[in-house]
Amino acid sequence: MKNLENILNEKDRLRIGSVGIDISEKDRSGTFIQIDHSIVHQVSHYEGLEVMATSLACEKYPFLSEYLWRAVNFDLDEYTKAVQSFPHTNGYFIRALPGVKSTYPLQACLFIGKDGLVQNVHNIIIAEEGSELNIITGCTTASYVKKGLHIGISEFFIKKGAKISFTMIHSWAEDVSARPRTCAIVEEDGAFVSNYICLKPVRSLQMYPTTRLIGNSSLARYNSILYSHSGSNLDVGSRIILSAPNTKGEAITRAISSGGKIISRGHLIGETPNVKAHLECRGLILKDGVIHAIPELEGKASDVELSHEAAVGKINKEEIEYLMARGLPRDEAISTIVRGFMDTKIMGLSPSLTYEMDKVIRSL
Amino acid sequence: MLIIKDLWVEVSGKEILKGINLRIKEGETYILFGANGSGKTTLLNTIMGFSGYKITKGEIIYKGKVLNDLPINERVVLGIGISFQRPPVVRGVKIREVLEIASCNRADPEELADRLAMPDFLDRDVNLGFSGGEMKRSELLQLTAQLPDLVLLDEPESGVDLENMALVGKAINLLLEKHLHRKREKSGLVITHTGYILNYIEADKGCVLFGGKIGCFGNPREILEDIRNRGYEECVVCKR
Repeated sequence: MKNLENILNEKDRLRIGSVGIDISEKDRSGTFIQIDHSIVHQVSHYEGLEVMATSLACEKYPFLSEYLWRAVNFDLDEYTKAVQSFPHTNGYFIRALPGVKSTYPLQACLFIGKDGLVQNVHNIIIAEEGSELNIITGCTTASYVKKGLHIGISEFFIKKGAKISFTMIHSWAEDVSARPRTCAIVEEDGAFVSNYICLKPVRSLQMYPTTRLIGNSSLARYNSILYSHSGSNLDVGSRIILSAPNTKGEAITRAISSGGKIISRGHLIGETPNVKAHLECRGLILKDGVIHAIPELEGKASDVELSHEAAVGKINKEEIEYLMARGLPRDEAISTIVRGFMDTKIMGLSPSLTYEMDKVIRSL
Repeated sequence: MLIIKDLWVEVSGKEILKGINLRIKEGETYILFGANGSGKTTLLNTIMGFSGYKITKGEIIYKGKVLNDLPINERVVLGIGISFQRPPVVRGVKIREVLEIASCNRADPEELADRLAMPDFLDRDVNLGFSGGEMKRSELLQLTAQLPDLVLLDEPESGVDLENMALVGKAINLLLEKHLHRKREKSGLVITHTGYILNYIEADKGCVLFGGKIGCFGNPREILEDIRNRGYEECVVCKR
C-alpha cells in the first residue's frame, strides 16, 4: 500500500490504524480503502475472496442489480434516497465464493479527507453457500476535518450455511454526523455477527441495523460498545426479525456516557413459532449524560421466546474502593472499571481481533 | 507498627466504635473476636479508609504516620492490605489484571495462581460467579501479589469448605511469614466469628470487640474457649 503513504500524512495513517486497519496488511486477507469518493486501494490476497469498488463490481457482474437495494429499501428515508440518486456513489463489494473460508479478516476503510464533505457509500457483502467472511471496517476522518456527513448503505447476504462476522469501528470528529443504513438477510443455517464500536466524539449518529432471519436455524448477533462524549448524540439500535423456525438472535449493548446522549434501541420480532432471542443493554453514566434504553419485543406467534434486560446506572462505589485497596488511585480505578465494562470478550472475536479491539478501547 | 488510640467511628450517623485502643507490633498476629454486628468489619474498613466510616475521635497511626485522612491507595502504598469479607463483582476486569495492579507488575500472575492452585481463575471476571470459597482464595491470591506488611483479613474462613481450608490457612501463614521465627516483619489483624481459623493459623494474641470497645486481651485459644463457655458478654466484664 505504498500509494497510501503519498496520499495520507503520518497523522492520518495513524488515524486509519486506530480504527483497526493495518496498513502493512499483515494478517489480512484483503483490503479496501476509499478516501472521500475515490478508491485508493482494493485487493484480495485470498483465492475465492473478492474485494472491489461497488461501481466496478456492478460493471463486472450484471447479476448485482438483483442485490442492490434488495435488503435496504431505497426510499426508506432522505439518506437512502440521497445515496440512490447520487451519481458518484462507491463503497465496497466483498464476496466469498461458495465454501471459501479465510483465516485472516478482510479490512475496509471509509475515510473522509475533505472538510464539509458528504460521503455516500453503498456496500454489498455476499457470503455464498458454506463460506465464511470475517470483515473489519474502520470509518474515520482526516485529522483536520471538522465537519462532514457519512451516509453508508450496507447490504449483507448470507447464503445457506454461510457466516459473516462483521466488526465496524467508527471514529468521527466532533462535528461529523453519520447515517449508516444496514440490513442483512440470512438464509438457512447462516449466521450474521455484527460488532460495533463507537468511542470517539461524533455530532450525531443514527442507525438501526436490521437482520432478517429468513432461513431455518439461522442466527444473528449484535454486540455494540458505545461511548458518548459531551456534545455527542448517539441513537443506535439493533433489530432482528425472526421469520423462520429455530432461528436465534441476541443483541448486547454496553453504553457509556460522559456527558453525551445515547438512545439504545433494540427490537426483536418473532414472526413464527420456535424462535428465541434476547436483548441486553447495560448503561453507565459517568457524569451528566443521558442514556435512554428502549427495548421492544414483538411476538407474532405462539412459542416465541423473546426477552430483554436493561440496567442504567453509575459505577458502584464499592468497586472503585475495591481496586483502590489493591493500590490504584481513584481515577485509575474508575478507568479500569470502565474498560472492563466495555469488555470486548462479549464479541467472541478471534484473539488477534480481540487484541485490536482492546487497543481501540485502551485509546479512549 | 499499628497503633489505634481512642478511636470513635460512625456509620450512617450511628456510633459503632466507641473508643478502640489497640497496638499491633511488627511480626505479631492478632485475632479479633466479636459477635455479629459488633463492629469488627467497621474497624478493619476504617483502618483501610473506606468511605462511609467516619472517624469522630481518635487516631490510627501506622508506621508512625497518622492515617485518618489518607486515601485508600496511599494506605496500600504504606503497606496495608485487606481481604474482603464480601468483595464486589467487577465485570470485565480479570483477576490477572488485578494481580498485576496489586503487585505493581512485579509478580508473574501465572506463577502466583499456580502457587495457590488457581490457574483457571486468571481470566475470570473479578468475583463474578465465584463461590464463597473461591472468593476467599481469590482475595488471598491478590494479597499474595500485593505482599502487605499489615494484613487485614475479614473472616477468611467463611464459606470455605474443609478441603480448601488447609490451602487458605497455608496462604495466610505465608502472607504472615509464619515460617520465619526471628525476623518476621509481617503483622496481621484477623477477624473471626467462629474461631475456626485458629486450627489453621498461628496467632499471637486475641481480643474481643463488644459494645464498640475492645476488651479481654490474651491468648487467642483461651479467649475462644471462654467465649464458647460463657459467651461474649463475659469477656468484657472480666477486663482481662
